[in-house]
Amino acid sequence: MYGYSGKILHIDLATRKTRVESKPEAWYKIYIGGVSMASRLCWENIEVGCDPLSPGNPICIANGLFAGTPVPVGGKYGMASRSPLTGFIGDSMSSSWFTVALKRARWDGIVIHGASDDWVHVFIDDDRVEFRDASHLLGFGTTETEEAIREELGDDQVRSATIGPAGENLVRVANVSNDGRKAGRTGHGAVWGSKKLKALSIRGTHGVQVADPETLLKLSFDILQAAQGPHTQKYRILGTSSNVLNMNKLGLLPTRNYQQGTFEDAELVSGEYLHEHYKAKTIACAQCPIACEQVGYVKEGPYAGAMGHVEYESLYALSSNCGVSDFPAVIQAITNCNELGLDTMSSGVIISWAMECYERGVFTKEDFKCEKYPEGFEANFGNGEAVVTLTEMMANREGYMGNLLAEGTRRACAQVDQERSTETYKWAMHIKGLECPGYDARTLKTFALGLAAGTRGACHNRTAAYDPDIKGEVDRFSVDETRGKLAKSTEEYAAVYDTLPLCKFIRRCFTGKADRAGAWPAIANLINATTGWDFDYDDVDLIGERAHTIKKAFNIREGWTREDDHLPYRWQHDPMEVGPSAGYVVTEEELEYLKDIYYEAKGWTKDGLIPKEKLIALGMDDVAEEIGV
Amino acid sequence: MPASTSKYQYIANDPQKCTGCQLCEYICSYTKTGEFNTYRSLIRTVRAHKILMTSVSCRTCEDAPCVIACPRDALSQDPITGIIHIDADRCNGCAWCIEACDFGAISINPETKLVEICDLCEDLEDGPQCIKWCPKEALELTTPDRRAQKARHKLAIEEVLGPRG
Repeated sequence: MYGYSGKILHIDLATRKTRVESKPEAWYKIYIGGVSMASRLCWENIEVGCDPLSPGNPICIANGLFAGTPVPVGGKYGMASRSPLTGFIGDSMSSSWFTVALKRARWDGIVIHGASDDWVHVFIDDDRVEFRDASHLLGFGTTETEEAIREELGDDQVRSATIGPAGENLVRVANVSNDGRKAGRTGHGAVWGSKKLKALSIRGTHGVQVADPETLLKLSFDILQAAQGPHTQKYRILGTSSNVLNMNKLGLLPTRNYQQGTFEDAELVSGEYLHEHYKAKTIACAQCPIACEQVGYVKEGPYAGAMGHVEYESLYALSSNCGVSDFPAVIQAITNCNELGLDTMSSGVIISWAMECYERGVFTKEDFKCEKYPEGFEANFGNGEAVVTLTEMMANREGYMGNLLAEGTRRACAQVDQERSTETYKWAMHIKGLECPGYDARTLKTFALGLAAGTRGACHNRTAAYDPDIKGEVDRFSVDETRGKLAKSTEEYAAVYDTLPLCKFIRRCFTGKADRAGAWPAIANLINATTGWDFDYDDVDLIGERAHTIKKAFNIREGWTREDDHLPYRWQHDPMEVGPSAGYVVTEEELEYLKDIYYEAKGWTKDGLIPKEKLIALGMDDVAEEIGV
Repeated sequence: MPASTSKYQYIANDPQKCTGCQLCEYICSYTKTGEFNTYRSLIRTVRAHKILMTSVSCRTCEDAPCVIACPRDALSQDPITGIIHIDADRCNGCAWCIEACDFGAISINPETKLVEICDLCEDLEDGPQCIKWCPKEALELTTPDRRAQKARHKLAIEEVLGPRG
């Protein structure tokens, strides 16, 4: 078998024992890698119904099929466990040399079971597994931890995935970091923390072989060259932060906790402004020829020295959505999240909820007491220092507010509404417990469906349904019978990329066209040259449907019902007053209609459950046995 | 950083352009071993800081210290190209050359335990594969003198026309 070793490594942190599981080629052909294989490993290894922060919830890592080969943007892997934010599947994807090292150590995946009594750093040295004391690494930031491990092991090719203080403190929006990239959403960092796993590091020394290296090199070189052309220009020059002004123009830029879709200071927090004033360097992920990551750096002033990865999703969350136009403070907040190990998106959205609570009189200055500000502080929208301080308080669970926000928006809001008899749920911006992304869905109605139905909650990466809305392929302000099929088609399209995984930014570099016809035959060629299989268009297309189905099946087994496919109250009842999106909401009637036509398009029942025959047709017989209807 | 004053060409990296993707290591190891393995690459990327990425390979020094250091006369320098050749029958992996190299450009093959040095892909028609593959054109075959000429040129433009020339 090329492209795979056929082996999954199981590590039990409680007993400190390991075992090797062999998987047949047929299994790989169905689950491939990335988020699909990670979710499948989670399906196989979780104690159903367990608390996400208990030993029964495994950490499942699945390698990228193209990791360690020259296939551009293929240096990615998937991570899955039951999310401590949503209670459903938490599947993340990250770029990293970590996955390249894993490939060279000849493991297709890792499943980490149980929980350790003491803080541990697990070092995988090819086929040897070492449990190392991690107590001296506690409190270290993510980059600091990685450097300390390389120093300790005396090899700068050791690659680590680590958690920061936020993960150690079981903050539910904590993430896992590697080489500056993150398995960012759904709270993996807290799951690692619950197992007292500070770091997982890998040294892989074996060469990677593929079925047809000469063909793979030729295909890869052509993609690499196309990736220097117009298809990726937006990403190469300004990176994702170019979206700030675009979204603002469309009235979709989340502003002051999604109260508005336009931000009067958008210019000051734009990709263009970053480029002009704060950009230190553009860097690349593992084996990526595009290079889109903009590193922002503050040279002077109170935040001098801050250096963080400025992505659009971090920007909307910590700037416009908190009403902040002070770019250095935003870069400091991003840096804090990067190093303390917090998801920038969820953190920003929780903070904006707290700011709205403060402005509406639910919270007072005293609620924000901390070591830095013993009397508390004014947490108005626009206060950049408040955002910076709140990221620190959350990561360290400091004070009343730090501890509250560390629980994520859904739990924090429920606690406050109960304690204070308030209705802050009306401005709690989450779906299934995961905080909303940087596109206001009140006037992106296909996207609203994609988010509501999303298996990991409000995630823009798992549904690409904003695409037809924003491009004007459909009327984004209204609902019609085409949206069910569109939501299905776009989420399964995204799932192909998340499963291989390949970065979606390469999507136009195969033939110039990003649609299935433009990309799937080229992707099939890459798969075949790597593995020696004979995948065609239909096989590639099935990757996405299977990936989505295993995640949905996981959720059903954990108790999902139709009511869980919801939207935040604000998007349904609270229209914006100004801007291009003013006056719109997604009504209850629209949402229920959208769900109906989506479930129908998926071939599911009206309750959103999956028929047995559907699962069997996808080659998932054992799943059919457990949750099929 | 120590400087080479060589008249010979070597593969230089412009850290302003290098994004740290490491594709040079993939293609180098494949060219030399038939497998993708950054442990076997003869060009090595360096990530010295969050934003400092560069790479190092043989600098083809004149009167190369590695050649002088070898106690078994296993290394020799091509007088025309400056490329260091290794006599595998003489090399025993003692690593004196590695210690003598100020650039950290010499590595040990983990399988044979003998040393390996970048040979600028001298046997390939289209030259160094890392340069061909570098997506950002950060790598070039050049000499220290040519680099100095370019630096002077850039400086002159910046001083007269301003940083955006």
